[in-house]
Amino acid sequence: MSGQAPTKLESVFATRDVTKTYHMGEVDVHALRGVDIDLYGGEFVVLLGPSGSGKSTLLNILGGLDSPSSGTVYYRGRELTDFDDAGLTRYRRNHVGFVFQFYNLIPSLTARENVGLITEIASNPMKPVEALGLVDLADRVDHFPAQMSGGEQQRVAIARAVAKQPDVLLCDEPTGALDVQTGVLVLEVIQKINRELGTTTAVITHNAVIADMADRVIHLSGGKITGVETNTKKREASELTW
Amino acid sequence: MPSLDRKMLRDLWQMRSQAVAIALVMACGIATFLLSQSMMHSLALTQKTYYERYRFADVFASLKRAPESLSDRLREIPGVGQVQTRIVVNVNLSLPGWDEPASGKLISLPELHRPRLNQLYFRKGRWPTPGRDDEVLASEAFSQANDLRIGDTISAVINGRQKKLRIVGIALSPEYVYEIKPGDLLPDNKHFGVFWMNYEALSIAYDLDGAFNDLSVSLLHGASLDEVIARVDDLIEPYGGLGAYDRDDQPSHKILDSEIEQNRTMGLFAPTLFLSVAAFLLNVVMTRMINTQREQIAALKAFGYSNLEVGVHYLKSVLIIVAGALVVGIPLGIWFGREVTEMYAKLFHFPEFTFRILPKVLLTAAGVALAAAVLGTLGSVVRAVRLPPAEAMRPEPPTGYGPTLVERLGLGRLIPPVALMVVRQLERHPLKTMLSTIAISLAVSVLVLGNFMQDSVDYMMAAQFHWVQRYDMSVATTDTVADRAIYELASLPGVLQCEPNRSVSVRMRAGPRHRRVGIMGIRADSDLFGLVNMDGKQVTLPPGGLLISQTLADILQVGVGDWVQLEVLEGKKPVRQAMIAGTLQDFAGLSVYMELDALRQLMREGPVVTGAHLMIDPNYQTSLYRELKETPQIAAVTVKQHAVDSFDKTVAESMRVMKSINLIFACVIAIGVVYNSARISLSERSRELATLRVVGFTRGEISAILLGELAVVTLAALPVGLVLGRGFSWWMVSALDQEVFRFPFVISNGTNAFAASVVLVASAVSGLIVRRRLDQLDLVAVLKSRE
Repeated sequence: MSGQAPTKLESVFATRDVTKTYHMGEVDVHALRGVDIDLYGGEFVVLLGPSGSGKSTLLNILGGLDSPSSGTVYYRGRELTDFDDAGLTRYRRNHVGFVFQFYNLIPSLTARENVGLITEIASNPMKPVEALGLVDLADRVDHFPAQMSGGEQQRVAIARAVAKQPDVLLCDEPTGALDVQTGVLVLEVIQKINRELGTTTAVITHNAVIADMADRVIHLSGGKITGVETNTKKREASELTW
Repeated sequence: MPSLDRKMLRDLWQMRSQAVAIALVMACGIATFLLSQSMMHSLALTQKTYYERYRFADVFASLKRAPESLSDRLREIPGVGQVQTRIVVNVNLSLPGWDEPASGKLISLPELHRPRLNQLYFRKGRWPTPGRDDEVLASEAFSQANDLRIGDTISAVINGRQKKLRIVGIALSPEYVYEIKPGDLLPDNKHFGVFWMNYEALSIAYDLDGAFNDLSVSLLHGASLDEVIARVDDLIEPYGGLGAYDRDDQPSHKILDSEIEQNRTMGLFAPTLFLSVAAFLLNVVMTRMINTQREQIAALKAFGYSNLEVGVHYLKSVLIIVAGALVVGIPLGIWFGREVTEMYAKLFHFPEFTFRILPKVLLTAAGVALAAAVLGTLGSVVRAVRLPPAEAMRPEPPTGYGPTLVERLGLGRLIPPVALMVVRQLERHPLKTMLSTIAISLAVSVLVLGNFMQDSVDYMMAAQFHWVQRYDMSVATTDTVADRAIYELASLPGVLQCEPNRSVSVRMRAGPRHRRVGIMGIRADSDLFGLVNMDGKQVTLPPGGLLISQTLADILQVGVGDWVQLEVLEGKKPVRQAMIAGTLQDFAGLSVYMELDALRQLMREGPVVTGAHLMIDPNYQTSLYRELKETPQIAAVTVKQHAVDSFDKTVAESMRVMKSINLIFACVIAIGVVYNSARISLSERSRELATLRVVGFTRGEISAILLGELAVVTLAALPVGLVLGRGFSWWMVSALDQEVFRFPFVISNGTNAFAASVVLVASAVSGLIVRRRLDQLDLVAVLKSRE
């Protein structure tokens, strides 16, 4: 299923026959049922699927937040599934940037401090103000989350994710809680990061419109990959509407 | 400052009122710990230095009359260091313009040198001039209580003759740190004092020239105490020796030691309770804080913070609370320690009462507080750390609601919806409800405990002064006298009733165990002296055999029906056997009672007495005092009212101070716990309550839901707390040293009512504060937040 990827690019993630089963009381929920995907360096991938399709689970597994019930996940050739808790923590600390649907900012910290929280522990970070500049929030650095709009909060979250200069940026429904204009603004920022910093970016969404700005679109349904397509004509985030 | 620390500080600021409440509870624990530890160390250290510097003896003995030459033979006993012989006599005293009976002890001073043992600390004045028979040193306790100065005179009945004595100096002795009349347990410094005068004067007055009737011995390092006592007994036996005893039977030392021991117990008890409550509160608050920060924890982990970093982050806020508690608790403890030490200085007479707080005590306080706090929070912190980040990202699943027990019973329709919400909430979170109930009941129990000692002492004193000592006055004769003397006493004007008694001092032996005690012989039909158990039940004096304190029975490991050996310590010192015919649950000391005639029979003597209990007509009080003072055979007169007054001034006073301190602390706990519970339920339910406001509930209605919960929990906690308080009080009473005082386990209704009211008021006030916050609930903001 991964054959359509540009061969010149180096593989960042590869999953082989990954399954994930949750035990909810007496029922087993199969969130992933044998997923094989490859993500390549610098590409912008959208994982598209309805809610319950397993896309968040997949993203959490790629980001080292969760581990699969079976199967193997490779990150740059190393078996992520072999990492212990400390290894996964190091992996997240040094390589992964997360953006969540509900921003998950620390409410008691300002924008600058929320970004600082991450740059303080990263090995090669940019300055918090610089990261906030990337998302056009240079003038809002000393505001607390409660003093910002949803879009601004999400941009702080993006600044926080990219400030460590991660290898991969994983975004879980980044526009899910935002209106169209603000959502587009946030997508522009993500696109800009992907372009300017060359960060491999995976965005999961149920919003098909967003797929138009991806290099590749991976469709998920019922815990399985139902299709992968390469966008021949990528659209700018600013052209999107829904 | 790292951003994570900034977050910690701001989170802490957010919950500052709760943090302050917890820190205060913890500070109380630290303060009570420092208070009792510093008290105990100050007392113990002061005692030790005083004893060492002023050579407090190790063995003591009284006898009838022995030649001075005996002291050389005493000195030859292996293990004996110094020997000090002297004359000690009990006398009746009068002060100018003063009719109340008072008594004292006159102790001889060597003419040529300072005493070798039990040396005096000289407060002021000078030593009596050698050769003068009218100069004395007075004890500081007595001179203070009676406002006596150098140059004042007192008179004493010395061997039947009134003698004026001039006070030339004020002194203190390690023998009389706790200055009490022989046989008493409570000091009455106004009516009993110790005096020192030249040997010659006393020896002439008592026909003891070149002789002595009292001795003290110090031991060399490694000497065998029992061996020395046995050898001393052998040597003094022919001279009317009354049995040597060690420090454990020396009245002042015994009570001082018991006090130190008591502080040791209290020093562990109260702080343990306080710190446990604080740990418990921390646990509740931290668990709550961590629950609300699930997603923040998830984010931190997602971005690569390690479990350790997340754990340390939460522990840091606990550390700050502990630090705050130390900052408040240490100075508070030291301050209280100083105050209480000063108070003790009034009860115990030391040359100097040095207040001492050991660095290791401070370190222990800090360590224990820290350990309690960490133990209290570790569970919730570990849970936070273990939370898989992906799971933490999702909000906690909603609790499954269904019909409650009340509804299943078909009563649901009778209950208004608001009440139903309260019931459901409480029943749905049984653990949470239980924890809140326990927390508040702990507050109730601490209040009960804080007040209980007062109840116990009040009860003890009421029982002692009304049930046991039904007389107004007791007199003791210098020696055994024929009971004819009692008829003379009874015929004095103002004497309404008079009952004779005979007391015999003995060493009571059961196998290897023994104690020096006095057997009090009284009439079986005595009206003026009651034999009463702690529970108020009258005990009948068995016609033959001994009735002894249960504590003494425990010490000697004997029971009813067992026989004990009585080595009489007076007269011809016969050795007799007697049976334990009953035990008595009394309040203080080690008492032994026997029917008067049975005792005389045991002693194989005629109708002799050594004292009497009197009921008097208050109108004749003054003339009676005067009459008694002039009766040569009467060695001491004790007026019950004086004992009551003196008790009120000394022991009761210190009890009151301790009680106030305890109560302040208990109130802090009560308010801390209740306020915290209210705040936590507010923050847990604000979203739901805001929703209700949005759909049209009034402020009053949503307040009713929240405060209804608080009210139900508080009301449920009251009985639990009262029972718990009883348990703690009982536990403390049984942990205290029993030999000197036995605190009855009595909790008055007043104490229970007080504990309940404080907690109810604290609940009401906390409820009002929370209600104000409810009024300020920002409906939109609360609904927006996902939590």
